[in-house]
Amino acid sequence: MALKLSDYRTQVFNDWCPGCGNFGILTSLQMALVDLALQPSRVVILSGIGCHGKTPHFVNAYGVHTLHGRALPFAIGIKLANPELEVIVHGGDGDGLGIGAGHFVNTGRRNLDMTYIIHDNGVYGLTKGQASPTLKLGVKTKAMPKPNINEGVNPIALGLAAGFTFIARSYCYDVGHLKETIKMAVKHKGMALVIVQQWCPTYNDINTKGWYNGEDRIDPVTGKPIPRLYKLEESGYDGVVHKPEEVIPKTVAALTRAFEWGDKIPIGVFYQNELLSTYQERISQRITTYPGTPPAKEIIADNMGEPATSIKKMLDELKVTG
Amino acid sequence: MKNDFIWMAGGPQGSGVDSSANIFARACCYGGLHVYGKREYSSNIKGMHSYFHIRVSPSEVGAIVNRVDLLCTFDAESVVRHIWEVSPGGGIICDTGIIETKISSILSLPFAFIEEWNKSLNERGIHPETVGDLLDEVKKNNVKIYPIPYLEMLKEIGKEIGEQQLSKLTRMINVLSLGASFGLANYDKEYVEKAINMIFGKKPKIISMNLLALNKAYDYTRKNFADAGINLKTLRTDEQRIFLQGTQAVALGKLAGGCRVQTYYPITPAADESEYIEENQVFEITGSNKTGGILVVQTEDEIAAITMATGSALTGARSATSTSGPGFSLMAEGLGWAGINEVPVVINYYQRGGPSTGLPTRHGQDDLRFAIHASHGEFPRIIVCSGDIEECFYDAARAFNYAERYQTPVIHLIDKALANSNKSYKIFDLTLVKIERGELLTEADVAGKNYRRFEFTDSGISPRLPIGTPGAVFWNTGDEHNELGHVTEESMMRTRMHEKRMRKLETADREIQEKERVNFFGDEDAPMTIVSWGSPKGAILEAMEMLRKDGFRMNFVQVRIPHPLPKKYIEKILGNSSKKIVVEGNYSAQLAGIIREETGILMDYFILKWNGRPMSADEVYEALLNIVQNRAQTRQVLTGGA
Repeated sequence: MALKLSDYRTQVFNDWCPGCGNFGILTSLQMALVDLALQPSRVVILSGIGCHGKTPHFVNAYGVHTLHGRALPFAIGIKLANPELEVIVHGGDGDGLGIGAGHFVNTGRRNLDMTYIIHDNGVYGLTKGQASPTLKLGVKTKAMPKPNINEGVNPIALGLAAGFTFIARSYCYDVGHLKETIKMAVKHKGMALVIVQQWCPTYNDINTKGWYNGEDRIDPVTGKPIPRLYKLEESGYDGVVHKPEEVIPKTVAALTRAFEWGDKIPIGVFYQNELLSTYQERISQRITTYPGTPPAKEIIADNMGEPATSIKKMLDELKVTG
Repeated sequence: MKNDFIWMAGGPQGSGVDSSANIFARACCYGGLHVYGKREYSSNIKGMHSYFHIRVSPSEVGAIVNRVDLLCTFDAESVVRHIWEVSPGGGIICDTGIIETKISSILSLPFAFIEEWNKSLNERGIHPETVGDLLDEVKKNNVKIYPIPYLEMLKEIGKEIGEQQLSKLTRMINVLSLGASFGLANYDKEYVEKAINMIFGKKPKIISMNLLALNKAYDYTRKNFADAGINLKTLRTDEQRIFLQGTQAVALGKLAGGCRVQTYYPITPAADESEYIEENQVFEITGSNKTGGILVVQTEDEIAAITMATGSALTGARSATSTSGPGFSLMAEGLGWAGINEVPVVINYYQRGGPSTGLPTRHGQDDLRFAIHASHGEFPRIIVCSGDIEECFYDAARAFNYAERYQTPVIHLIDKALANSNKSYKIFDLTLVKIERGELLTEADVAGKNYRRFEFTDSGISPRLPIGTPGAVFWNTGDEHNELGHVTEESMMRTRMHEKRMRKLETADREIQEKERVNFFGDEDAPMTIVSWGSPKGAILEAMEMLRKDGFRMNFVQVRIPHPLPKKYIEKILGNSSKKIVVEGNYSAQLAGIIREETGILMDYFILKWNGRPMSADEVYEALLNIVQNRAQTRQVLTGGA
């Protein structure tokens, strides 16, 4: 029987603020799971701490709500031990790029076949509106006592430098685009990063829905707002690496687009490279039995509790007499 | 003292102290002797002083003694550092080229050492200028000096093999000194050659160079010091023995115990374990022609190490991480997550001297309380402490059983003295390793049911399902949660769920057998009781044997699981004891404090040490003797070891 949207919903009461951008992300995720026809028990949704952190509780799939900034290493542990699972990690901008920045960078280096979705709203919502690592220098959102004294980090550029092999940006209010982006990310062979521009109706009074829509910029001819977001694919951009020699030029092209902000903000796929081996493939070269019997599937003892692992060879090497 | 022989090699780091000691130890093992070796090194790559203490005996030995029978030096500093440790009648092997070296010109001697050194010279009323003067002083104590012309020998070897570069040849000073050692002992050279072949493995050119060096120095000492009178006789044995260090024993135990994911961030002295596992990550599956594998992941930090291992453990794979104090400090938050989510994850924790970076390469037992209390909030955990290398093996395997039975983190406390000591043992008995997975469910068990991961039960243990099992889902969260694993802040649910988790510790306390929690040695009716944990075990047992010969009887409770503490047992033994003595490698007598907290029993005497060096049998003996002869302070602080 085909899976429906309701198959991915739980009974848990959703307590995000009315109008929160997370609703669009949650719906897009659930729609993507329907389209991908993934059984709930094959999917693991992880999150860190922050408003996004409750996401797994609203999705009927295995859910792992982890520590602040640490969702990625938990996810890696799950994926490595059982690579058959579809692992989708949610993180906040403070969660993933502040306290968890070290894991962000090192996850890029490993290229596991997983998906990482960052809910980027520029503020720490759950602690009541402090600046997040992506908020730009000099910006003062409403709960901040003073304007931001730090420059914002560029998550797309950081993702490129770290080695993510799929990097895309989408928008919480464009559910169709976000759903398709998540699907591409999940299908991508390698580590996928999706940055979702998201408003926080409670604490970010700068990067609002109206701001993204360009309501402060009325076209004098049409009298309509000029939206800030534009779609990369509609501008003739192709971030996909088709052969090895394209890696550097496509990275440079993606980097150039990554720094567009303000009046023109690109969404869509900045970069994709499936030519690089995944971590799982690298392990399989060392442990040939890994694809068939990964750690979660190995039988470690018989019914009597006798160990399956033979350490005889190691003991023989240590033997000094007899 | 036992009928034993103590050899020490000293030299700058990077000069092959380790490999010479390994060759020496193995050659002795091959000759049917038992060996216990202790490695001391600095947090440095090249140049700082390091040494290896090896005790050889016809029977098993489990500790060092602060004495050297043959000091084998590669440089002048090693002579200065260790000269007073050489016993009367013992010997010193040194380079003829250092005899004229002025002691004041040895720049790598640290200021603190020089201060102590000058003080000791003043006390002795001597004023040696050169190494030669110093050697003349100890000759008066009947210490024999064996100068070896290292440089000349190296040049001769260079000529024979066509190697002009002296820097390539000086690497063999260690083997020259080995050759000299075995030549003095007139030891069967065949065993030494076998050891050289083993240590230098697949490098035939290096093997042949070193065999040349061995023979040259061996023959030289046979010719020039034929009657050195060093007692190192081979023995026949039919016993199957292995020779290994603590980190290897832990690795073997984890593999046999079914560990399938190992994460780590490089740290001394834990990293050796992970590297050894990685070298052997593909293994045979018993009774089949198949192989299996263990993943070894070097993470970006210890936070990732514990959380990654926890993630793997959620899938049902036995998972562990291995670290030392600074790393465990970083793991504290992750540990709490595993606690509230009831995840069986194992942490092999190699203590070293703290706090902070402390003594990065030196021994300590300062972290018992930290292991018991790390992370905010309350959750059950089990602490297992190994007392020797053999226990490291069995405990490492068993730790997973506790973790899975009680679905909670298990901390296996080891220390630097165990990690970097090596010892010969009768081969481990694999039939003693049993795997118990606790209440682990499968797809069939949950089909058609509404599975609740944190179901309330009498034991507090909720049957566990691996993440990814078809036909079910559940949730995990570091927040307080309901039976399904969803976040809750409801007061009644909090009361019940927290109580359910904590109850597991009571269940563990009830179920884990006494023999796994304590070792008892000595006479039950002895008037004095020693209580200890971890690596002092070997020194205590030997000291007790020495005291028995002196006519003093005592018994010894070695606590292997200090948490949950086997209270009734300890109350029973200590209740009958008129003198209660605790022996620990820390300042604050942590185990004594825990015993007091849990039983109300106060210790009468404290034997403590925190100078970064393991306890030796002779210093523990002295301290115990002071107690039995009623001349001890309540608190005795041991300071042995260079």
